[in-house]
Amino acid sequence: MPTRKERLAMSRTAMPTRPADERRNDFEEVALGFDAGAVVTEASRCLLCRRPPCVDECPVGVQIVDLIEHVAEGRFAEAAEIVAADNSLPSICGRVCPQERQCEGACVMGRKRDPIAIGAIERFVADYIPPAAPAAETTGHKVAIVGSGPAGLACAGDLARAGHDVTVFEALHELGGVLVYGIPEFRLPKSVVADEIGRLEAQGVAFETDVVIGASDSLDDLLVTHDAVFIGVGAGLPRFLNVPGEHLIGVFSANEFLTRLNLMKAYEPDSETPIIDIGGLPVAVFGGGNTAMDAARSAVRLGAGSVTVFYRRSDEELPARREEIEHAKEEGVVFELLTSPLELRGNDEGKLTSVVLQRMELGEPDESGRRSPVPLEGDTFETDVSLAIVAIGNAPNPLLTNASPDLEVGRRGTLVVDDGGATNKTGVYAGGDIVTGGATVILAMGAGRRAAAAINEYLVGA
Amino acid sequence: MSFAILATEPLAPQVTRFRVSAPRVARSHRAGQFVIVRVEANGERIPLTVSDADADAGWIELIVQAVGHTTSVMAGLGAGDELPDVVGPLGRPTDVEAYGTVAVVGGGVGTAIAYPAAVALAAEGNDVVAIIGARTKELVILEDEMRQVAGQVIVTTDDGTKGRHGFVTDALADLITERTIDRVIAVGPIPMMRGVAEVTRPQAIPTVVSLNPIMVDGTGMCGGCRVLVGGETRFACVDGPEFDGHQVDFDILDLRNRAYLEFEACHRQEPSDAHA
Ligand SMILES: Cc1cc2nc3c(=O)[nH]c(=O)nc-3n(C[C@H](O)[C@H](O)[C@H](O)COP(=O)(O)OP(=O)(O)OC[C@H]3O[C@@H](n4cnc5c(N)ncnc54)[C@H](O)[C@@H]3O)c2cc1C
Ligand code: FES
Repeated sequence: MPTRKERLAMSRTAMPTRPADERRNDFEEVALGFDAGAVVTEASRCLLCRRPPCVDECPVGVQIVDLIEHVAEGRFAEAAEIVAADNSLPSICGRVCPQERQCEGACVMGRKRDPIAIGAIERFVADYIPPAAPAAETTGHKVAIVGSGPAGLACAGDLARAGHDVTVFEALHELGGVLVYGIPEFRLPKSVVADEIGRLEAQGVAFETDVVIGASDSLDDLLVTHDAVFIGVGAGLPRFLNVPGEHLIGVFSANEFLTRLNLMKAYEPDSETPIIDIGGLPVAVFGGGNTAMDAARSAVRLGAGSVTVFYRRSDEELPARREEIEHAKEEGVVFELLTSPLELRGNDEGKLTSVVLQRMELGEPDESGRRSPVPLEGDTFETDVSLAIVAIGNAPNPLLTNASPDLEVGRRGTLVVDDGGATNKTGVYAGGDIVTGGATVILAMGAGRRAAAAINEYLVGA
Repeated sequence: MSFAILATEPLAPQVTRFRVSAPRVARSHRAGQFVIVRVEANGERIPLTVSDADADAGWIELIVQAVGHTTSVMAGLGAGDELPDVVGPLGRPTDVEAYGTVAVVGGGVGTAIAYPAAVALAAEGNDVVAIIGARTKELVILEDEMRQVAGQVIVTTDDGTKGRHGFVTDALADLITERTIDRVIAVGPIPMMRGVAEVTRPQAIPTVVSLNPIMVDGTGMCGGCRVLVGGETRFACVDGPEFDGHQVDFDILDLRNRAYLEFEACHRQEPSDAHA
């Protein structure tokens, strides 16, 4: 065991990643993960704080210090159990959580040097979680889960473990929600998601794809056949810019662009789903979140001539994970900050040819505390673009809520729930992006688990 | 879960009627709604309008014109084969009220989509006039079925081989001078729906058209199906597919439906609009 002084002298173990020149040409995973040697070295840097701020910042309270202590001793299986107690999707969260704003952002080591690579450690130990088995005793209660994103999957897992008979209904033909249609393979391999779903199946969770609740069966139909329902339908309704030219060929919502690539595998030669050929052509992405980074980096991989992210605030406000921003830059994505699109222009065939942008500056902080961008009067410019991807956020999909008018819906179309996820309708719970608006995988997972606890209490008592 | 094809029946050259087991869809389907279908493992998702359904027996019927890769593969399937994915019913049902006399205009395979609306409108007590148009005699479909529900059926062919020589728009233009038409529903290729809307615009006869933009998910998640209606962006899969024909921007619809012609030309041959 290194002494405190030795720990302070060690530098952060870098996550091995494939070189940018290589990964730009394919959709395979970029970050390769630690091996056993690297993970022990990195874990042994941890100061094992007595009152660890990292745990406070973890939305689901993973016992990070306990976990790291076991990893440093090479006790990976025990470490895996510690993670699994609080996080039902560690192999996914280890890859996609915004650690720099959660655990790693709070790490004491990070004040003077680099924080412990908690995400990478979590990702490593997730492989040591033992296979799942069906619950020993069943309760006979049936629960329906609507939506197979992280909220629905986490809720399903806990309820199955408690012995309930759980069926997940998913509108699309694949399971996983944003994890399969939104987040690209190079960041989250679909086999990782499939493994998590396989674990749930091993616990007895049933899955039905191609079922849109609210379109075929209604919420009330589900309440006839099930004792409780969890709604985890996400925030899948893409926002558009509402500028002239948004209907031109070559203008996509990030959801459509990413769905064609990730869900429909349009980048594979034998896929029947088309994607516009952007080989050598200029691509623009509007937005600065993870979705924008995923779209930009996917465009790079499709052979775009150039990919530019246009974001209306400055670098500091970019909402994406830092690692994705760095990876995007390494792969050649250009950032045009403090710009906002005014108009998309096209040719006679209705194809996008250019975008007119407004330069912005940061004004006074708004209610959210962020400095809001204001236009620099008269400072506009036009640039050639053949494909534009609008990644300015998603709103809750109103399909289910419109079909269930008795559900209480908030101002932005989100569902109104109490701390346990209960809606105003008895036996109906909700969590994830449908409640918070577009947020994160870990928050959705945490909400799914809280709702599972509340549903369990509703069904069998505390 | 997959969806068994129970029976197929050729209706015209390249046009086949499929009866498919899809109990959930059959139970809640209403006229005007569609399903998204995948035909092969690596296949695309295409929208197909449900032309008939039996809730008790658990089947739906789809009428498909083999116009490109996916629909051609589907045309090669028969009873006993299975479709990997059928999801729905999607979209808003046709508005069905007692309007009086309603002209139901179908162009090409659009007739298959117009047919359930004709049935529903007749059941609501409307006097239905069906105008069925096709390029040539062999392509006229569902004439007998339409006669069961419509008080008057007008057939037109572009080449004059059957019925009236000319377009459905010519027949409609005459019809509205001959009798009072309270409402028009038009389903078919874009130029035909645009033409119908122009015929009825001067008299402001309420005219509903069923749009067929390119779709991916069909649940409002991608926005690929967006259309401009009355200056506003609407998603055809959830806000439609039926819209006020006088408000639709057909130019944009037409342009957007051409987005993948190059892909289709080199990768395979397929116009994307499955029900044009
Ligand atoms: C491109 C992209 C990248 C992202 N990157 C990150 C990241 O790096 N880190 C991070 O933490 N977060 C990220 N997020 C956000 C994160 O993915 C979401 O917050 C999270 O997936 C929400 O989970 P959920 O379970 O609430 O909903 P979703 O994952 O949206 O799943 C909802 C599911 O419900 C289904 N559904 C919807 N309506 C119905 C219905 N009526 N009937 C049946 N099924 C229905 C949908 O098809 C979908 O599969 C990203 C989001 C996107 C779009
Ligand atoms: S098809 Fe994707 S939103 Fe309509």
